[in-house]
Formats: sequence, structure tokens, C-alpha cells
Amino acid sequence: MRRRLPWLGLALGAGYAFLYLPIALLVLLSFNESRLVTSWTGFSFRWYVALWNNAALIEAALLSLRIAAVSATGALVIGTLAGFALARLGAFRGRALFGAMVAAPLVMPEVITGLSLLLLFVALASVVGWPGERGVTTITIAHITFATAYVAVVVQSRLADFDESLEEAAMDLGARPWTVFATITLPLIAPALASGWLLAFTLSLDDLVIASFTSGPGATTLPMVVFSAMRLGLTPELFALATIIIAIVSAALVLALRLGRVASSLSRV
Amino acid sequence: MSAPAPVASGRLVRLAVLVLPYAWLAVFFLLPFLIVAKIALSEVALGIPPYAPILRWTEENVLTLVLNLGNFALLAEDRFYLDAYLRSLRVAAVSAVLCLLIGYPMAYAIARSPERRRPLLLMLVVLPFWTSFLLRVMAWIGILQDQGVLNGLLLWLGVAQEPVRLLYTDAAVYLGIVYCYLPFMVLPLYATLARLDPVLIEAAADLGARPLRAFLTVTLPLSLPGIAAGFMLVFIPAVGEFVIPELLGGPSAQLVGRVLWVEFFQNRDWPMASALAVTLLLLLVVPIALFQHLTARRTRR
Repeated sequence: MRRRLPWLGLALGAGYAFLYLPIALLVLLSFNESRLVTSWTGFSFRWYVALWNNAALIEAALLSLRIAAVSATGALVIGTLAGFALARLGAFRGRALFGAMVAAPLVMPEVITGLSLLLLFVALASVVGWPGERGVTTITIAHITFATAYVAVVVQSRLADFDESLEEAAMDLGARPWTVFATITLPLIAPALASGWLLAFTLSLDDLVIASFTSGPGATTLPMVVFSAMRLGLTPELFALATIIIAIVSAALVLALRLGRVASSLSRV
Repeated sequence: MSAPAPVASGRLVRLAVLVLPYAWLAVFFLLPFLIVAKIALSEVALGIPPYAPILRWTEENVLTLVLNLGNFALLAEDRFYLDAYLRSLRVAAVSAVLCLLIGYPMAYAIARSPERRRPLLLMLVVLPFWTSFLLRVMAWIGILQDQGVLNGLLLWLGVAQEPVRLLYTDAAVYLGIVYCYLPFMVLPLYATLARLDPVLIEAAADLGARPLRAFLTVTLPLSLPGIAAGFMLVFIPAVGEFVIPELLGGPSAQLVGRVLWVEFFQNRDWPMASALAVTLLLLLVVPIALFQHLTARRTRR
């Protein structure tokens, strides 16, 4: 029998309150007619309308979504291969370095990653003449690089968990390696691939620091627009934006919870 | 008959799996650090890019290597930079400990709740992390600013007669970091606590240990890997944090990430920004290696 500890439930509740009260406040204030956060003057959709009419913000959002989709897909490919290598290849030359390169971006301070990638792009431009101009391409490369680590860890932990005898059985029955991968391995790690892609997508969509370093004229992402708007003061328009993002994320996560796995594979990051 | 070979055993397969991630990370993750180190040793110059090459031809047509240690000398001499490093380390360490104090009971409660409820409870910890980081920091500005929600409440309750300065303080920076990084502490803690065999605690209880003693002698030591992983996941990125001190901290909250940002974007002193990055990285090499060791060990099991 497990003893029930009431203070544990209390600590958990307090923790959730800490995490969610600010978010609830954002949602509430996005429907406030007043511009001030301290006075509620009535329910209104005016800030959603203002958001819809904010062309610069919408354009930045579309650009960010595009960059996020491309970099999540790139990170999925490279991260899956990296996770596969770490989980299944056993010992190989340079494994320690490889493992370090895969794990380090998870904790690397963003200013270091951003600055070092920018300096790489500048050096490459002067040595091989590419990239001619920094912008969408360089941001995408930077995002693929740091998101790869997250995908690799999720895929690696999924591969480490599952029963290799399934693959061995298929091989015993005469299946070729590629067939085994396509019919056994891939379906089994599909949930990890889905959560890895989503994680990479979200990280890219949310990144301010690395994008600021690696961007160039003409490529302004959503966090960059939000950041400069925030420096001028809070506007309920941004609360409306937050509410929309929260609604989309919640819907996606409820769906993912139904499909299972996201939380359990994330817990091993 | 040979034993069934693992899926990825052929040399070609191994090569095919490795070549893309290895090459990508070598070019876009490892190589950049070498370039940062190089530029940290060059002099600032007017031009695009704004630094002087360290290999150049002198007037007598001799190729010379000009290494400028001035940036590092300045880092060591100027109290401003030294203070920024010390402050960053302190803020990150204190924030990580605060995350641990809040996160441990949460992770423990989730790990001890009925198994079918755990995915939902975990999801609730992770969900804020999936929403925009900047917009969550913005929520705290709305709460803490002089005309903010908390001050409104304090004035209304009559606790304060005039707005209390809450935003742009050190406390606001700690609050912001703890708020944003808490999920990174809870997840690894949960992972170790959930794997912990409850039989061990029952055995301790059967042998007469009180719950607190059982916790201190059994649960806590066994969850140390989770504590270490969570601490690193909060501490290392927090040392270089830019957004939170910039938006929630006052002018005194000069952390390394913020100083580096100003050197780069406002002063356009790329060599100095690089020297800051190199020093920060050297400072973090040991914790990062430790973190990598922990992850490698965890996934091998």
C-alpha cells in the first residue's frame, strides 16, 4: 500500500498554478477591451481584429512557419540518422565526438550557437562565396543544427527501449535490412518521429536569439517582430497572438495525448 | 550458420547512416567554434566584416600571424566583464536550485500518482514549454510592471500605497528563469523517479525507517542522476540567457548573454563578442561534458 501524502498533491497543485496562472492571464487580457492590464472594461475581440490587420506581424508569422516546417523536416532526417547511429551502431571511430556533438546543442547557450554560426557564414562567404546573403536559408540551417539534437535524443531513446528481437526475427525469416527497417523499425519509432518533428518545429518557431544572429536584411521572423514590439511596451495584440498560439498548441497536444507517446518520449530528453 | 546480424551491420549501411549527421554537425556545430576562437584573437576593424584578419601580408610581403590577446586581457582586467561572469554563474546556479526545490516535489507527486493519470500530468508540465517563450515572459511583464496586475492587487488590498518596483529587479530575473526552465527540471527528475522500484521504499519501511529517513537514504540517492541531469539542463543554458535578463532585469542585471549581445549588435565589436563566447564556453566545458556523460549513460541502460 502506498501512503497518501497530502502535501505532495499540494506541491503539485501549486506548481501547476505557477505554470498556468500567467498563461491564463494572457488569455483573459486578450479579450479585454481596455489597453491597460489593470482595468477590465468589457469583453472584446478588437485586439484579434488589430492582429489580423497587422500586416508586418502576419508576414513574419508566415515566414516563421515556413522556416519551421523546412527546418523541422531537415532536423528529422539528420536527427533520426544520428539517433539511429547512437542507438544501433555500437562502437565506431569518433563515437565520443559524435555523441558530444549530438548532445551539446541541447544545453548550449543560444548566444554562443548564434554567434558561432553567424561567424561561420561570414567566413564561408569570404572563402567559397556562399551564402551570398544571410536570410531565410541561413536561419533554416541554424535551426536544423540545433533541432537535430532534440530529434536525435527522442529517436535514440525510443530505439533503446524497443525489443530488438522483433528485427532479428524478421531477419531470420529472410527479410533484407531495408525491408526490416521499413516494415518493423519505422512503424515502431513513428511516434518518436512525430514528436521529434513537432519539437523541432516548435523550437524553430520560438527562437529569437539564434535567428537574430543568423538573419540578414529582409528576413524578419515572428519572434523578432514580437521582441521589438515588446521593447516598446505591451500591447493586447500580443496577448491575442499568445492566445492563438496557446489554443493551437493545446489542441495539438490533446490530439498527441490521445495518440500517446509524446510525453513519455519527451521525458527522456 | 552465423548469428543474425544486427540491422545496421554492413559497412555501407553504417557509412550511409553516419555520413550526413556527422558531416552536418562537424560543419555547422564544431567548425563554428574554431572560427569563433580565431576571431576572438583578431582586432576589431572598420569594415564588413568588422575584424582584421589574423594572417596578413606585411609591407615586406611576409605572411605574418597577428594574434591579438587584447580582448582576453580586457576580459580579465575589466571588473565589468568579470562581474558579468560571476553574476551569470550565480543567477544560473540559484535558479537551478530553485527549480529543483519546486520541481522535485512535482516530479515525485507525478511519479507516485496512478499510472493512467501520469501522461496527462506530465503533459501539463510540458505544455507551457510548447507555447511561445517570449510571450510567456511577456505575461510576467504584465504581472510585475508598475501598472501591472500584481501592483494593482497590492494597491487595491491597501498593502501598498504606491506601486512597488517589481519589474526590472534581480528577483524578476530569477522568477523568469525558474518559470521558463521548470519543465527541464521536472522531466528528467520524473524519468528517474518513475523507474525507481517502490519495493525498495517498502523494504526500508519494513525495516523500520520512517518515511523521511526512507526518502533521504533510499529515494534521494537513487534519484541523483535525475537531479544532476535536471540541474545541467537548467544551469548551462541559463548562464548564457539573454532574453530574460534583457526583458525582466534592470540595468544592473548585466549577465554574459546580454553583454555579448550588446558587444555584437550595438558596439559591432565582433572580436570582443567572440572572446566573451570563447570564455563562456571554456567555463561551461566541464558541466557540458558531465551532462553528455549522463545522457550517454542513461541511454545505454
